[in-house]
Amino acid sequence: MLAQQLVNGLLLGATYALFALGFTLTFGVLRVINLTYGFYFTAGAFIAWYLTRGGTGLALALPAAAIGSGIIAVILDALLLTRLRRARADELASLMVTLGAVLALYAAMTALLGPDIRRLPQSVLGSGALVLGPVRVTQAQLLILGAVTVLAGGLVWLVRFSRLGLGIRAVAENPDAAGLMGIDAARIAVLVSFLSGALAGAGGVLIGLAFNAIQPYMGEQMMLRGFVVVILGGLGDIFGAMLAGLLLGVVEVLTAAYLASGFKEAVAFALLVLVLWTRPAGLFGRPPPRRA
Amino acid sequence: MNALEVAGLAVSYGPTEALRGIDLAVAEGETVCLLGANGAGKTTTLRALSGQVRARAGRIRFAGAEIGGMRPHRIAARGLVQVPEGRQVFAALTVAENLALGAWTLRDAAEADRRRRQVLARFPRLAERLRQPAGSLSGGEQQMLAIGRALMAGPKLLLLDEPSMGLAPLMVEEIFAVIAELRQEGVTLLLVEQNASAALEIADRAYVLENGRITLAGPAWQVARDPSVAAAYLGG
Repeated sequence: MLAQQLVNGLLLGATYALFALGFTLTFGVLRVINLTYGFYFTAGAFIAWYLTRGGTGLALALPAAAIGSGIIAVILDALLLTRLRRARADELASLMVTLGAVLALYAAMTALLGPDIRRLPQSVLGSGALVLGPVRVTQAQLLILGAVTVLAGGLVWLVRFSRLGLGIRAVAENPDAAGLMGIDAARIAVLVSFLSGALAGAGGVLIGLAFNAIQPYMGEQMMLRGFVVVILGGLGDIFGAMLAGLLLGVVEVLTAAYLASGFKEAVAFALLVLVLWTRPAGLFGRPPPRRA
Repeated sequence: MNALEVAGLAVSYGPTEALRGIDLAVAEGETVCLLGANGAGKTTTLRALSGQVRARAGRIRFAGAEIGGMRPHRIAARGLVQVPEGRQVFAALTVAENLALGAWTLRDAAEADRRRRQVLARFPRLAERLRQPAGSLSGGEQQMLAIGRALMAGPKLLLLDEPSMGLAPLMVEEIFAVIAELRQEGVTLLLVEQNASAALEIADRAYVLENGRITLAGPAWQVARDPSVAAAYLGG
């Protein structure tokens, strides 16, 4: 029983981690709090739903949803945040603008498509499962595990080990100095928006698989968890976000199993407050590097 | 032949005029210093040359092309490279990564490797600290890294903004020795300095900037003898 709950929690947490990775990446590099981020999650789930309903397999629908949400992210970012970045507006300004925008987007989507919960076709979900002693892992969970491993691993490789990643880290630390190196900070910003949107979109598809319930406001609920994860992990910290995502997933599942499922969110946010009290830089936070 | 020609350059920050139309030129292989009190517009001049602030009026010609209005990364790619005020090394990145970023626009890996060896030969202390985060270096070492990073770009014109600022006297000497070396090697330099006597000693020509205007220009030895310069910048 406990082993099964832990596995469920870790797999749920893996999707939280994936979602939070994109959010922490945008904040870490672009220094904006972009609340439209939750909308990319919804968009990814809806794109996958449309495609799979039309008979497309998940192998194609998942990348298509990620790329589609990435493109949406680039467009929204350019429309909403370019001006703020140019004016070097503070984080509160981006928070307000994107809050307004995302509420408008959810409302418009609900008005256009209706509030009903959509479900992925059974053929996509699969019915098989892997049984390891007392633990049963469904086909959907295996897919989540595979997708999160590939996407999170790919992101870490890109940021830590590639030439492009070096440029991204330079822009994150000091966009002015990066420009003096000949790095086009605006292009890096577009790339980062795309990557984060794609991660959110992929997260939307995977949560759609896990709970099989797709509706316009799903991104809003996810965004709250994204906040918890990103703050627990330390804003802008990629490894922190991954660990905190897994932790939140386990905490939620265990709370639901041993306390009551209604307490899930209460426990998650109590955890957030507790961490902010005791470790303001996040659970794994180090003091920021000394600036010259 | 002039590497850099600036005519009527004016920059405003909102209602504040930081530069009120300045003319200056740097010939190829020349070392020029720009003197002036705090707030005279020295850093603004360099930021305008690098495209970091937009000019309100004026023309900037570099290596035969108009670069006014270009974005910073394009100007850097043309070989106008700045070592900014306060060094601005990437503190969280390693020394090696900082150097690699200096050669960002260079696609030739062999050439990047050659420059890196040259930089490390010039600054052996950086060679010992390649894997350390730049933020862990001392101020002088960070200045060396900032200069080394700029040299990785193979600059046609190197702008140095207050390279001796905040450094211990011994380190200041060392940095000026490096600048003298670069001059010997024929690197074209535009140097902004608070340390006017050291700057005038090294430079071929000098400009004095006051309240966004150039009030004096000429060979460095002549500027050094000007009574107003002696009073204001050379401690009487």
